[in-house]
Amino acid sequence: MEVLEAVTDDRIDRRVDAIAESVARSRARRSVRRRVVIALLGVSVIVVFAITLMVGNTFYSPSEVVRVILGHEVDGATFTVGRLRLPRGVLAVAAGACFGFGGVTFQTMLRNPLASPDIIGITSGAGAAAAFAIVMLSLSETQVSIFAIAAGLGVALLVYTLSFKDGVAGTRLILIGIGIAAMLNSVTAYVLSQAAEWDLQQATRWLAGSLNGSTWSDTVPVLVAMTVLVPVLLIQARNLTMTQLGDDTAGALGVRVERTRIIAIVAAVGLIAFATAACGPIAFVAFLSGPIAARIVGTTGSLLIPSALVGALLVQVADLCGQFAFDTRYPVGVITGVLGAPYLIYLIVRTNRAGGSL
Amino acid sequence: MTVLDHRTEPDVAVLRRPARARAAWLLVAVGVLLVVMLASVAIGSRAVSWSEVWAALGGAQDTLGEAAVSKRIPRTLLAVLVGAALALAGAVMQGVTRNPLADPGILGVNMGASLAVVIGIAYFQMTSPTSFIWVAIAGSAASAVFVYAVGSLGRGGATPLKLALAGAASSAAFASLVSGVVLGRNDIAGGVTSWQIGGVGGATYEKLGYMVPFLAVGFVICVLSARGLNSLALGDELAAGLGQNVAVTRAVAAFGAVVLCGASTAIAGPIAFVGLVVPHACRMLFGADHRWVLPMSAVIGAALLTAGDVVGRVIARPQEIDVGIITAFLGAPVFIYIVRRQKVREL
Repeated sequence: MEVLEAVTDDRIDRRVDAIAESVARSRARRSVRRRVVIALLGVSVIVVFAITLMVGNTFYSPSEVVRVILGHEVDGATFTVGRLRLPRGVLAVAAGACFGFGGVTFQTMLRNPLASPDIIGITSGAGAAAAFAIVMLSLSETQVSIFAIAAGLGVALLVYTLSFKDGVAGTRLILIGIGIAAMLNSVTAYVLSQAAEWDLQQATRWLAGSLNGSTWSDTVPVLVAMTVLVPVLLIQARNLTMTQLGDDTAGALGVRVERTRIIAIVAAVGLIAFATAACGPIAFVAFLSGPIAARIVGTTGSLLIPSALVGALLVQVADLCGQFAFDTRYPVGVITGVLGAPYLIYLIVRTNRAGGSL
Repeated sequence: MTVLDHRTEPDVAVLRRPARARAAWLLVAVGVLLVVMLASVAIGSRAVSWSEVWAALGGAQDTLGEAAVSKRIPRTLLAVLVGAALALAGAVMQGVTRNPLADPGILGVNMGASLAVVIGIAYFQMTSPTSFIWVAIAGSAASAVFVYAVGSLGRGGATPLKLALAGAASSAAFASLVSGVVLGRNDIAGGVTSWQIGGVGGATYEKLGYMVPFLAVGFVICVLSARGLNSLALGDELAAGLGQNVAVTRAVAAFGAVVLCGASTAIAGPIAFVGLVVPHACRMLFGADHRWVLPMSAVIGAALLTAGDVVGRVIARPQEIDVGIITAFLGAPVFIYIVRRQKVREL
């Protein structure tokens, strides 16, 4: 009898070992896939960045571009590449990454892809504040950014408070955010209509988002914000992923849920606000990056880095398309808006059909 | 029979207020509309004396003041018509979908009309206001069907929150398509804002003339469907038991609403939230009987939009704020209030 039990135990042990091994193998496979995808995304961002520096009305060879970046004087290229293309290219990457980080943080935290900052009014708040600060108050870049962050945080707080009623339900928060966004967008529209000297180009920047005419003074604040806020957000990455299991489970695993949430919200809103102040609310990038990253990376680990890379790539490619693919030059936000709109509807169709979290 | 829809409208359970109360509110509403219309012709960036207002209303255009007033008359009429049309359309949509969050703006119907007109102008060289109206009606019908189809997928059918979400998302999607189309065409970009924010500033008698026949058809269809909407409010089974053809009633009423939305958007651009706020106010004042709610929504909607337009002209002098912006500020808080009252469990 004892022998039989020992044999069964042994068999069970072996089976458990086999399962554990296969889990470990598939986890390893997924983590390899994750690393490969991240590396590929990173390489694509760099390649597209190089292309944006070389291609334009005049073509400059890679060696010319490198010499300009190293500070040498190159006829024509020093101005075109150094003053026009470089700040624009850097801002495309930086802003795209900011939107990617900010978007996926909110989507992860609220466990709903529709809860991205550009749908629940946070981007609209930052945009309205920035437009107001520039047109009505004529503030400097830094002051504009501070204004935009304050407004973004204010809107986040307002939406959260208004949707709180025996806890926060995702759908209610999203709809209330949409209502707030409607008001804020009309503020932006009003502010723009007041600025008579404001030309159409500048106006679209605050309606759809545009990189046209980007200078270093637009780009530098975004880079500074990223060096401060991205590490803060990445430190919270693991905790943030765990809050998806639900507050109680995450708490039991040793996560200080409220603290994680507040830090993540402040960092995400900060990134979004700086990017919005620099180039306008580039439509749907924050919303699109997370789900696309999840699709290609799979579900292992945090989505922060992959989403940021996807966001950067989206803005770069959309900006290239907007500049060169058509007869007329489109601002980047128009391209991402046209791409994002069908995806938004697809997402709602899919969620409704699955009877999911909506 | 005194309780209509416990689930969604707990405090609008009264079918009909007492006759005297209704008559009193009717008088008040009409009185307010008249006062607001008078204010709308009298108030503007140029100050005019009352004698000039009276003279201009009689047709005189001799002084500058009288000329200004006579310019304000078509604008006032447009605000009245569009306000009435949108509020009536909102009331009908709320009845058809049995959804307190329905509104031509929130459900994406107005943005759909806008998108159709913009596409028509940009790619099919449309120029005449009549063609704008036809295309806008087609666009709003298509987007109404689309949003309803998306919102009613899955478990539980078209619940209020699901429908509102589908509408708001489609509206955002259409809006970004509108800017995509418009910004590519510098020749038509001058009129961008009029297809993105609604306003009544560009009113002329000519435009009004094109719009009126369509609105008349829409008004008649909507008001005639009041009795049918009352039966629908009891629930589909009970309505069918009372001899209503539920599908036909819904389709006819929705068609009337779509005609109203399309025609008003073609002339005034997308204006949101009027159709949400006004029917709710009407149900509070008159009870839930659609035979009262529909016509009174038209009256109060007209007063609200006209008043909004006057406010937009006054608070930013010498500039103007488009009435679409004013209604967003007025309507969004009401929208949020109603969303907060919804039980999310219904989804």
